[in-house]
Amino acid sequence: MGGFPILSLMLAVPLVAALACLFLEAKAARQVALAATLVDFALGVVLWANFDIGGAQWQFTERLEIFQGFSWALGIDGIALLLIELSVFLMPICIGASWNSIDKRVGEYMAAFLLVETLMIGVFAAQDLFLFYMFFEAGLIPMYLIIGIWGGADRIYASYKFFLYTLLGSVLMLVAMLWMVHTAGTTDIPTLMVYDFAPQAQTWLWLAFFASFAVKMPMWPVHTWLPAAHVQAPTAGSVILAGVLLKMGGYGFIRFSLPMFPEASALFAPLIWGLSMAAVVITSLIALVQHDMKKLIAYSSVAHMAIVTIGLFAFNVQGLEGSMMVMLSHGLVSGALFLCVGVIYDRLHTREIDRYGGLSINMPRYALFFLLFTMASIGLPGTSGFVGEFLSLGGIYQASTWTALVCTTGIILGAAYMLYLYRRVAFGEQKNADAAAMPDLDARELLMVVPLALAVLWMGIYPESFLAPMRADIAALDARLARAAPAGDSKPTAGKPASQHQAGPAHEEVAAPEGAH
Amino acid sequence: MDWSHSLRLIAPEETLSVVGLVLLLVAAWGGDKASRLISILAVAGLVAAGFLVAPALCHGAMGPDTSAFFGQFRADAFASFGKILIYLSAAVTLVVAPAFFERVGAMRAEFPVLVVFAALGSGMMVSAGDLMSLYIGLEMNSLASYVLAAFLRTDGRSAEAGLKYFVLGALASGILLFGMSLTYGFTGTTSFDGISAALAGGLSHGAVFGLVFILAGLAFKISAVPFHMWTPDVYEGAPTPVTTFFATSGKVAALGLTMRVVLGAFGNQAGAWQQIVVFIALASIVVGALGAIGQRNIKRLMAYSSINNVGFILVGLATGTQAGASAMLFYSAVYVAMTIAGFVAILSLRDDAGEPVEDIRSLAGLWKTRPGLALALMVVMFSLAGIPPLFGFWGKFLVFRAAVDANLMALAFIGFAASVIGAFYYLKVIKVMYFDEPADVVKGETDLWHRIILIAACVFISPLGFLLSRWLGGLTDTAAAALFFGS
Repeated sequence: MGGFPILSLMLAVPLVAALACLFLEAKAARQVALAATLVDFALGVVLWANFDIGGAQWQFTERLEIFQGFSWALGIDGIALLLIELSVFLMPICIGASWNSIDKRVGEYMAAFLLVETLMIGVFAAQDLFLFYMFFEAGLIPMYLIIGIWGGADRIYASYKFFLYTLLGSVLMLVAMLWMVHTAGTTDIPTLMVYDFAPQAQTWLWLAFFASFAVKMPMWPVHTWLPAAHVQAPTAGSVILAGVLLKMGGYGFIRFSLPMFPEASALFAPLIWGLSMAAVVITSLIALVQHDMKKLIAYSSVAHMAIVTIGLFAFNVQGLEGSMMVMLSHGLVSGALFLCVGVIYDRLHTREIDRYGGLSINMPRYALFFLLFTMASIGLPGTSGFVGEFLSLGGIYQASTWTALVCTTGIILGAAYMLYLYRRVAFGEQKNADAAAMPDLDARELLMVVPLALAVLWMGIYPESFLAPMRADIAALDARLARAAPAGDSKPTAGKPASQHQAGPAHEEVAAPEGAH
Repeated sequence: MDWSHSLRLIAPEETLSVVGLVLLLVAAWGGDKASRLISILAVAGLVAAGFLVAPALCHGAMGPDTSAFFGQFRADAFASFGKILIYLSAAVTLVVAPAFFERVGAMRAEFPVLVVFAALGSGMMVSAGDLMSLYIGLEMNSLASYVLAAFLRTDGRSAEAGLKYFVLGALASGILLFGMSLTYGFTGTTSFDGISAALAGGLSHGAVFGLVFILAGLAFKISAVPFHMWTPDVYEGAPTPVTTFFATSGKVAALGLTMRVVLGAFGNQAGAWQQIVVFIALASIVVGALGAIGQRNIKRLMAYSSINNVGFILVGLATGTQAGASAMLFYSAVYVAMTIAGFVAILSLRDDAGEPVEDIRSLAGLWKTRPGLALALMVVMFSLAGIPPLFGFWGKFLVFRAAVDANLMALAFIGFAASVIGAFYYLKVIKVMYFDEPADVVKGETDLWHRIILIAACVFISPLGFLLSRWLGGLTDTAAAALFFGS
């Protein structure tokens, strides 16, 4: 691409469209928003096509020294690339999901969404610590407005909780960033990623970053803003919240906490394992007893994010790759599930599970797609959910067998609550006449779910497309972490394969002890 | 010492004095009919004075050449920076005031004259090089301000504000004078350089008392906790344009003066005042944030917000470093823009009958009746809360960066955490404007000049302001270097 500033362009397109939407009436605002997100998606495709796998670690770099104290520095590696792709892929779908269901203050709504898109891409593309912080933190403003203006009954409480929780986490991180820049003398993220802070200082820095990322992630026990925000947000708000905003926490860990503070990460790994184990079991059990569909999926998100954190803190390639795959897959699948909830919510205006039933009779196409996404959420082989969870759990197995044991129950519990949900909504008798009279998916809804379904299957059947761009970056991170890997309770010993089996790819080696388990 | 040199250095003050006196005569003969003309001329005078001080800032004037009348008065880059902010705020006040006063039928010819004299006094405060000139500038500003606070003579709240301001201001002046006399008694000089030299060997008990009393008096002027009690009453009671003036020009002047005294005269005794300043800063942040939560009147809310923001600015002072001083100036500049935008927006809040609306609940659903105004107020509120990417964030960022660089980690930590409390009440205003059902109270149009100023200020505090950050940062660095020259 030469020196063409494609990342800046990707940031500018939704921003300009957002400003335009503020001044447009409803119909035009929808069209402008859709056009802008599609243009950004096209740019995203160009970005991926031009991304040189195995080339330089940081590509598409731009740097402008136009600010005091920080610079406009953008650039992506494979990890950032995939998360940007996820964002630009989900955005047109979000706009489509709000096409009819949002009928008041449409221009402002579309403007807020486009602003969110700009900020999300900015978070993943920023190469300057403070530029990152600005994008990271600025996302609060549009999300606060989206939840507060277009949310459901308890929207005010949810919007406050979301804003103040995440703000408190972030300001602590900012203090840590100030100290890092003071000590290291640079705001450049790639430089800081290889800078060795004193282990003593790392402990404090890690905790400050943890305060922010744990809230954004969200990790148990600071996850309570998530169900509140999800239930109250409009469908597209939930999709974007679950699909991309939650990834900021995981991205933060993988970009900052792990490479910048490896020793402290090792020190606190047992804490993460403990919290993740608690999260998987507790939130899965909570999900099991929910009557509200969105709450159920929100709690399942917390459980899935716990799989991400254990993968990250497994300190090996499988775990890191797995957690990235879980993040991507969760972005698609939970987004799709919220979309499925939105589809029937638009028809009946309730999220109460008991108000539905037997939808497979009158909405067969809907039931098919809902089943696919349910299975992907459980982690059925062949869907995207399987790849990530398997790699993550395989990774943690090498670090801590106990953690792997407890977290694997999440798969079983996940199957329990998702299948229970599916049975109550799609199968059984048609108890309610109004639910039985609902029409099946229309063309607009099909246009939204079909791409998601294809992506889920693609990622499940041929994950190499997604693993390849980030392989070198994960390997570099793994090398950086090698000096600090924590002492786990796992003592895997290599098996003695018969001589005719040549050593297969790395994943299969992991699979052996996991399978025996 | 050469008199003509000194007289050249105080050219802006001379200009303003002459303008003020001539306009006073015009007012005496022309009466209230001439008030528009007088306002325009006063603005012209302030702009001219602004152009006179600008070169010192651009050329980074500092050192002995900038010292007039045997060190009584300094016309260096630091003073220029403060004066530009002060003159700008005064000019904005004069531009927005006529519409307000004419609506209540209280526009008087003295108003622009008083604002010019207050600005003159404020300018002298940031130029002070001696306890004497400090006091003259302070009183000149204060006396004009007392009258301005009570300018709506028929309004009980305005009269109350004026009286409260006067009584408490006089008390603070007394405390300040007492501190100055102690300092003079124990150092034998009133010049800042002399005090600094006399204290180089260490601080005697008497001088400590002097320092504490001076700090208390100054804390009153910048409305820092625990001397903040007058602020909400005066801000609420004073006519809104006057409140704008107090919150911008008065604040910058008092902060500049505080920096002169603390970093200049007592600069080599950081150990003696650092703890006090840290306490004042944190107390202001916390009290300002907590006090604002229960407020229903938006002007009172802005008063607590100003207490809160002064706390953040003082974080820069607590560092005692040049970077800290630069950050304070930067924050002050941004704060002036935010305050102007905030109060001009408040000025535009009027009901059917043209009466000003101050109750926050009446703002409900403002997005529907006045979308532009609601957007402006939202930008101001998020900026005051310090949420990136608005420019208010960068002010907070710089003072805390200075604090971290000076190894005041605990201060930075607590200060930042307390800023989350502050975010709560700013969010409340946004919530009322955007989430609640329309109350349909606010009607009417924004006046043309109000609109221009509001848009300009909002663009400055929007993310576009960051494009100016290098330039503004360069200016504040120069100004701070002038303050620290020779120390």
